[in-house]
Amino acid sequence: MMIREAVDSEDPDRLYTVTGGRSRADEPDLDLVTLIVSETDPVPGMQSEHVRILRTCRYPTAVVELASELNLPVSVVKILVSDLLGSGHVSARHPSSPRASAQLPDAAFLKKVLVGLHNL
Amino acid sequence: MDSTISEAHGRADPAGRTPLRSTATDGLKIVVVGGFGVGKTTMVRSVSEIRPLNTEETMTQAGVGVDHNTAVTDKTTTTVAFDFGRISLNEEMILYLFGAPGQERFWFLWDRLFAGTLGAVVLVDTRRIEDSWYAIDRLEHHGTPFIVARNNFPGSEEHSLGELREALTLSRDVPLVDCDARVRESSKRVLITLVDHLYALSTARETVS
Repeated sequence: MMIREAVDSEDPDRLYTVTGGRSRADEPDLDLVTLIVSETDPVPGMQSEHVRILRTCRYPTAVVELASELNLPVSVVKILVSDLLGSGHVSARHPSSPRASAQLPDAAFLKKVLVGLHNL
Repeated sequence: MDSTISEAHGRADPAGRTPLRSTATDGLKIVVVGGFGVGKTTMVRSVSEIRPLNTEETMTQAGVGVDHNTAVTDKTTTTVAFDFGRISLNEEMILYLFGAPGQERFWFLWDRLFAGTLGAVVLVDTRRIEDSWYAIDRLEHHGTPFIVARNNFPGSEEHSLGELREALTLSRDVPLVDCDARVRESSKRVLITLVDHLYALSTARETVS
């Protein structure tokens, strides 16, 4: 099954600690495929998850890849990334596709996607 | 000796990851939806430039009578796991391909996870057509453009695509194709069919407006 109920009793505690008890990112615009890029090196005393994000994002890394790499739920990673965005340690490259359903990218954009797929 | 061959994608990373080019700026999403065991992960794997990765999202609902000290454990948490792969389309555009379960509870998270997706591929196993009805209904509800691909398992060719279209009560404007999710060329063809469809929809709209 791809869906399972409730995380083990340990996990909520860990998630609570990692996010300092917050459950929502201040940065509402982070998408699964927003690319995160480090702007600085980790500094001493930084939370270990922040350090890992900064190391991973030396190359652009999507939020969803960070979640997989850190083995944390996407929403938790968004909170951690928001912290680093707030402190200027990372920058975010947002997707250009329209967010709303039923809104299509323009034809020129889709043409580029087609060219990329044909070249695979 | 120079070793520039692996330059494009092969930059080694301590964690064994294959990092994106530093020029990558624009992440795109396509979702492959389908019932359990229909071949979503297989399709993602066959076209992805990385081994498919897995991650999860949690949906938390506050319980009744929450005690502040134990607030977190009093909540009901549902976890949805999904896998994904990646295709670098060019220097800037990176297409992420998600394999998503079509079950009912998953759709609560659709907007949070897949808002802004270009479109979807509904992967159908003809032995379990009913798994696809719900996904098709939900995609229509969300206004997400999609195509349907029949993953060819032994015996699935017994029915024509026309019969399948009828069984799915699929509108004539939704493309329906055959595929073998294990084969890269075939999966690539499915993605091209989807983007061709999106292109046609987009140009039609631009003409109207």
